[in-house]
Amino acid sequence: MITPILARQEGWNRQPEIVPDGEGELLEVAMGPHHPSTHGVFRMDVTLDGERIIKLKPVFGYLHRNHEQLGETMSYLAIMPYTDRLDYFSSLSNNWGYALAVEKLAGIQVPERAEYLRVILAELTRIQNHASSVGFLIQDMGASGTPLMYAFKEREKILDLFESLTGSRMMCNYMRFGGCRVDTTAEWLNQARKVVAGIPAFADEFEALLTTNEILMARTQGTGILKPELAVNAGITGPLLRASGVNYDIRKVDKYGIYDRFDFKVPLGEHGDVYDRFMLRLLELRQSVRILEQAFKDIPEGPIMDPKSKIRGFRPKPGEAYGRIEAPKGELGYYVISDGTGNPYRYRVRPPSFVNLTILEDMCLGQNVADVVLILGSIDIVLGEVDR
Amino acid sequence: MKTNEEIKAAIEAAVPGAGVEIINNPSPSAQHSLLLQRETAFAVAQFLRDDAELAFDYLSNVTGVDWLDKEIVEKVKVKKTVTKTVDGVEQQVEETVDETRKHVEPGYLETVYHLYSMAKKHGPLILRLRTANRTDQVELPSFTPIWRSAEFQEREIFDLYGIVYTGHPDLRRILMWEGFKDHPMRKDYVEPDDFEYEPTAHDAVLKRAQEHQAKAASAQNGGAA
Amino acid sequence: MAVDENLKIEMGKQGVFVTTLQELYNWGRRSSVWPMNFGLACCAIEMIATTMARYDLARFGAEVFRPSPRQADLMIISGTVTKKMAPQVVRLYNQMGEPRYVIAMGACAISGGPFKQGYNVLKGIDRYIPVDVHIPGCPPRPEALLDAFITLQKKIDAQSLTGENRPRHLNPEGQGEFPVPEQGEHDLEPPSNTLVWPAPMVIR
Repeated sequence: MITPILARQEGWNRQPEIVPDGEGELLEVAMGPHHPSTHGVFRMDVTLDGERIIKLKPVFGYLHRNHEQLGETMSYLAIMPYTDRLDYFSSLSNNWGYALAVEKLAGIQVPERAEYLRVILAELTRIQNHASSVGFLIQDMGASGTPLMYAFKEREKILDLFESLTGSRMMCNYMRFGGCRVDTTAEWLNQARKVVAGIPAFADEFEALLTTNEILMARTQGTGILKPELAVNAGITGPLLRASGVNYDIRKVDKYGIYDRFDFKVPLGEHGDVYDRFMLRLLELRQSVRILEQAFKDIPEGPIMDPKSKIRGFRPKPGEAYGRIEAPKGELGYYVISDGTGNPYRYRVRPPSFVNLTILEDMCLGQNVADVVLILGSIDIVLGEVDR
Repeated sequence: MKTNEEIKAAIEAAVPGAGVEIINNPSPSAQHSLLLQRETAFAVAQFLRDDAELAFDYLSNVTGVDWLDKEIVEKVKVKKTVTKTVDGVEQQVEETVDETRKHVEPGYLETVYHLYSMAKKHGPLILRLRTANRTDQVELPSFTPIWRSAEFQEREIFDLYGIVYTGHPDLRRILMWEGFKDHPMRKDYVEPDDFEYEPTAHDAVLKRAQEHQAKAASAQNGGAA
Repeated sequence: MAVDENLKIEMGKQGVFVTTLQELYNWGRRSSVWPMNFGLACCAIEMIATTMARYDLARFGAEVFRPSPRQADLMIISGTVTKKMAPQVVRLYNQMGEPRYVIAMGACAISGGPFKQGYNVLKGIDRYIPVDVHIPGCPPRPEALLDAFITLQKKIDAQSLTGENRPRHLNPEGQGEFPVPEQGEHDLEPPSNTLVWPAPMVIR
């Protein structure tokens, strides 16, 4: 991936420094932690030369709620509801990642039907996450209200599905080690089919509204360009990486769960700018619909829990495991070290949005200050996951 | 992907004196790891990234782990000469006595790196680095110059565990505020005494809440008297 | 002096509208509460969902979310307040103009919620600032937030302009500035504002 010439140069994986033009004074601005456009309590210490960004240092920790430390004091199962609150837009993907890591640790198999349910729920999560993240991106651009309302209209339909299945709109706490918590009914599946059938129309409407919009194109094309070499080196994953043209989707690479059975494409960007990321999310949304249609067709009857897996007194043998999935925001990994007791010795979350923020400064340098909000919106961060 | 043994051989051929050790993982995940030496780790990491066949261009996850001092108790059979009085006569008798011996295995802080390759689509390769002890010799080489993705994750470990990464371009606290003194993810970290009054089913917490109440009550009585 | 209800209705039939200054004043205050555009964690997403088309907070006159605390009447503490964030929350509250109200949304804002035992989590925002309405839930549903709004409106309606129960801004001795906690070496200093939150002592 890295060309040898690049690798030999000192500091190739950093943006060259921007030199102020010397006219006027530099201005230091703290954007956040209370700022209307940052996604939650995120702070950026920005140094400005007029409108241009000279320096940008992200400041984290305003939502650091000790997820990992709490995880080490409680049983394996009790961590599951906490994972919902990591990336609170996509709780079901978080559940899956954690279940996957512990299943690797303890060697648990998952029944067929549960695998299908997991895929269905994870892809529904991806759809509502991408829809609302695009909505927020456009909101940050100044289109206050309308696109976000459209996105949330669709999101509410999917949340209704989650609620009728799991009992909660956002914090689903649905997956277990070796399966899922409750089975679906045929009625629920029919309802889900109906909702999914309506999503392409929503995407068409959304694209008709936005993709060729003059203002959107002027603001986003060529803004916040991320080069593929830097993206790989900085560990960027998810739509942000693929918008830069690197074909790396963990659903295709690891084929975890039953993703090898589905026919879907991995959309790739060309320029790696904000516009590409925006378009890529809409394309991924359509691919998720494709996966869902296949899953609805093929889902078998059967048990949803591995009968051998223990719910109470779950004590995996000493050892460790790293499990990762393609969450809507990128690679979500869980690293669990067991010492044979009922709670993990070390419990670590590899959050995609936290690592994706590594290149925030590189993308923003030299840009106008108004574009910083846009670039941040295109990374699609959730602070619950960044700070944990 | 090459097996861990092959990677170990390749590393030792490329970096002389690398001294790689394979750490076995007994769990069903079978994700075994390579323990690197502090002195040569940077060169090894560079080799792993730049080698055309291995091409580990993507550092996914950096984890800090705190291993406390371990007290190991073992029973040893020891031969001893004991002076005994047998039939009124003092004699030197040799006896085998069970003795419990304790020794403390010094703890250390550990960093675990999970590497993947985006170019070759393989992985994970797990690297481990250990500090000399938990108190004063807590330096490890930083991998940030090789993989940028380590930048914030190493800062996080510096903040929460207190591992000092030499060669890191910007090593500051990241999650806790500047001026915070402790490393809260260490196993022996004690929170400031601030427990609320309601009972909880959680054993460790219940114990601390009771301690807090006793302390608060005695402080109140002392103030009244 | 309150107007007799029956007399009011009777006069209304005659085309005469009678009210008291207090009623008019409270009607104005309660009907256009401007919340602050301020989200902390998961609950903020439900707060956003409340403002969207389906739940439509605008029906209660509270759709104007202001990013600046100077223009806001209501602060919705929507999510976990960490020790790193707590000074900023108190500072934002201090910057709001009177009359101002606080809704503590969700278990975290009330008591720390599921994250209560964390080293960086504040065990409830009412340790530093007075809270008017608490909503339980993790996260509370949008309907619960709507209910909190209605509760707050009732509370505003019931305030008299004089006497003991008058709002803080009409009381010359009312406390306007709340001390901002400092970030110390191990913890926030002080760990709570004892004037707002006298540490409860349970005898057992």
